[in-house]
Amino acid sequence: MSNLPLLSICIWLPIVGGLWVLFAGARAPALAVKKESLIISAATLLFSIPLYTGFDLSTAEMQFVERLPWIPVFDMTYHLGIDGIALPLILLTTFTTVLVVLAGWEVVQDRAYQYFAAFLILEGLMLGVFAALDAILFYVFWEAMLIPMFIIIGVWGGKRRVYAALKFFLYTFLGSVFMLVGLLYLYFKGGSFEILDMHRLPLALDAQKWLFVAFFLAFAVKVPMWPVHTWLPDAHVEAPTGGSVILAAIMLKVGGYGFLRFSLPILPDGSYYFEGVMVALSLIAIVYISFVALVQRDMKRLIAYSSISHMGFVTLGLFMVFRIMQHSGSAEGAIMGMTGGMVQMISHGFISGALFLCVGVLYDRMHSREIADYGGVVNTMPKFASLMMLFVMANCGLPATSGFVGEFLVILASAKAGFWIAFLAATILVLGAAYTLWLYKRVIFGPVANDAVAALRDIGRREQVILIALAVAVLLFGVWPAPLIDVMRTSIENLVLNVVTSKLP
Amino acid sequence: MNMTDYIGALPEILLLALLCAVLLVGVFSADEDRNAAYWLAQFALLAVFAANTYIGARTRLVLFEGMYVRDSMAIVLKNFILAFAIIGLVYARDYLRARRIVSAEFYVLTLMAVLGMMVLVSAGSLLTVYLGLELLSLSLYAMVAMHRDSAMASEAAMKYFVMGALASGLLLYGISMLYGITGSIDISVVRNALADGGGGPIATYALVFIVAGVGFKLGAVPFHMWLPDVYEGAPTAVTTFIATAPKIAAFAMAMRLLVDGLQPLSSDWQLMLTWLAVGSMLLGNVVAIVQSNIKRMLAYSTIAHMGFLLLGVLSGNTGGYAGAMFYAIVYALMTLGAFGVVMLVAGEGSAEADRIQDFRGLAQRSPWFALVMLILMFSLAGVPPFAGFWAKWFVIKEVIATGHVWLAGLAVLISVIGAYYYLQVVRMMYFEQPEHMEEVHASGDTEIALSANGVAVLLLGVTPGVLMAVCIAAMRG
Repeated sequence: MSNLPLLSICIWLPIVGGLWVLFAGARAPALAVKKESLIISAATLLFSIPLYTGFDLSTAEMQFVERLPWIPVFDMTYHLGIDGIALPLILLTTFTTVLVVLAGWEVVQDRAYQYFAAFLILEGLMLGVFAALDAILFYVFWEAMLIPMFIIIGVWGGKRRVYAALKFFLYTFLGSVFMLVGLLYLYFKGGSFEILDMHRLPLALDAQKWLFVAFFLAFAVKVPMWPVHTWLPDAHVEAPTGGSVILAAIMLKVGGYGFLRFSLPILPDGSYYFEGVMVALSLIAIVYISFVALVQRDMKRLIAYSSISHMGFVTLGLFMVFRIMQHSGSAEGAIMGMTGGMVQMISHGFISGALFLCVGVLYDRMHSREIADYGGVVNTMPKFASLMMLFVMANCGLPATSGFVGEFLVILASAKAGFWIAFLAATILVLGAAYTLWLYKRVIFGPVANDAVAALRDIGRREQVILIALAVAVLLFGVWPAPLIDVMRTSIENLVLNVVTSKLP
Repeated sequence: MNMTDYIGALPEILLLALLCAVLLVGVFSADEDRNAAYWLAQFALLAVFAANTYIGARTRLVLFEGMYVRDSMAIVLKNFILAFAIIGLVYARDYLRARRIVSAEFYVLTLMAVLGMMVLVSAGSLLTVYLGLELLSLSLYAMVAMHRDSAMASEAAMKYFVMGALASGLLLYGISMLYGITGSIDISVVRNALADGGGGPIATYALVFIVAGVGFKLGAVPFHMWLPDVYEGAPTAVTTFIATAPKIAAFAMAMRLLVDGLQPLSSDWQLMLTWLAVGSMLLGNVVAIVQSNIKRMLAYSTIAHMGFLLLGVLSGNTGGYAGAMFYAIVYALMTLGAFGVVMLVAGEGSAEADRIQDFRGLAQRSPWFALVMLILMFSLAGVPPFAGFWAKWFVIKEVIATGHVWLAGLAVLISVIGAYYYLQVVRMMYFEQPEHMEEVHASGDTEIALSANGVAVLLLGVTPGVLMAVCIAAMRG
């Protein structure tokens, strides 16, 4: 197994498979298309498992490296490899895509083959983002990702889908182009497009500051951080369920991944210079956006704001390291914070994905996302209500769910960064509980609100499979996060060491 | 003058001979669809392509006492001009036939314009530049006016002619001043004379006129006024032709005049081109947003793209020239495909499909050609993994290498504005419902060529290295 180019298979299998579905699917019966898509995504998941079983926990070096000449005139290579930071995200991607294909099974009627093809191609591109070690290769995957997502939102989305799709595309495109200028500048300075060479390149403080801003625009828009988050609620609300799941579970993570792979290691001094701003923006996202979530009347919009708030925890975990090092002097706290941020990313992938699927389940039946249209769903959909209960609790950070692990690690680490940071970060436990539990109460509990709710049927087997798979993941990493933390430990230790070492010439 | 001169210029001589043959066939054949003229024209272009590829040494040849240069840049650019003319004719045929404006003269004029471009690309003296330019331009004026019954086409031709004549005059004026300073029309002699003596303010004065002439041919702001009217007014088949191969020739003209000839004044023309580039990118992309006619929108998009192309030229080094060359080729390929789809959607009737509205629901009427158009639009917008991204990437990389990071930042910012109107086309095709479900049809060769065109843009986006290497080698050799 180890001789196979596993990363390439994981990237290209869904892309080629997706193109095949796109061309063959117009004439094929819908069921055959769905089965093909499921097989392709399941095969990709299977091929990604040896990445985990064969992963060497003891080294921070890149593993499963593949390197082929790509554009020889500029020494650009098709260079893939993963470390402990990329691996969990890759597994999250392959896992989520299978569920998304299942989730679209009966729901999507219009041009179904294009729908599945778009998700498969998108999966391959996202895996490419996490595996690329050549900066331009990374950028190509990063931008190409926008195209299928643009189509998904625009074709299968809700009423204001055109507006949401255009806003999504232009907003994220605007953020990313400056990263391209930054990458080309780094090439001009260092003569290499290799990300790992960029990690070693000494840079003056002024250059680092500018580059940090350029990268910040790209990654912060994707995360999204306050105040560049405004595209997300629109995109989430209008996207079809599968699109929302992929957006929340994976696309937001590429922003966090970008900070980990580019901003922090390439620009440690720039990051240090801006860390106060980053911590402040993260805290604003956590506190302010939680309040915004509290007043939403649309379920998807509420979960979208909850996502922004939870992603604030990720960026807080990543950019607290400098403060923790200053206060405590030991790397242990910094590692804990960053690990917390990473765990939070994975866990949020499961939880927000699950919550969007739950809303999707309701929307498929009622064709409404308004909280006011619901009430007493538990009476007609008890199985659904109990599963959603778990995800809601996980979103509040209940112990024994994966949501707890990430938040706990970040809050614990933030105590070493300063009292007020810890205090503000911990408000999420209160505010998060407030908006999610209130949402749950209004939708699920209470008397049956209207005839439509009374006529609801409980989730079928397909929906049960999807939600139970996610429930297992949430509980598994909640009670036993060790496998996840072990995978990333060495890479994060190495990263923290790099980040606190100045690169000024 | 000896035999090698003639062998070196054989592709052009061959084209001229075959062009006359097409003219004769046109006169004597009674066929309404002009099939004989079409196939002979295609054969002529293919034969010249082969001759250009295989005849003569790979090294730089200077023929006819410096009048004519055959270097690797010329060979590569001529091949692309010929290839795009061939595909352009394939696209044009259905369109012309359906609108009953097919005539042998269309093919003759196309070949004549191609001949003009080849002369222009190979120009070694200022006179050859002018000769090639006029041969090209006069053919194009006539082509725009070919649809005699259309008032719009006549108006466009008139505008094009008047503006074009003015630009030619400006260029000629600049050339005459250069001749006055240096006493020669040979581009390399001019260069050496300028390098020795500096030339003084009169040389800069001449430069202004030369830049204006080049800017007009490219369609760079502020010499762009003719472009939207001509693109909109001309029959789409002619617009397709004007928008593609002549831009490659215009790039070659810029190289011959500014780089080969006026290199000693490079700091002056770099500054001028900077403003031309910024103005073109900004005006082209902003004004394109409000267009509802796709031909007009693509015209403004062309203006913006020429701004990007100039970014490569103004960086003033081999890498930048190679980037601009890559840009010219990729731009022509993408635009060719885009107009090809416009003609395809226009279909069999006599109507045009030149409103962006006409693309409504194309994804349901014809999923494959909607996908081709999607590829072309994202490529024009500069989104990877398509060829257009690498064109922008290449020139921006060179701009950064010369230290103008602000210019690179401005360029990418403007390209985001530009993405908006390309997305509108995608939106029409994919997000809107069609007005009718009539399938889109064309003859087999058009469909194959158009498919290949779209796939080429994708493949060139996945592996751009080969063409980049060709461009870099052409600029070094």
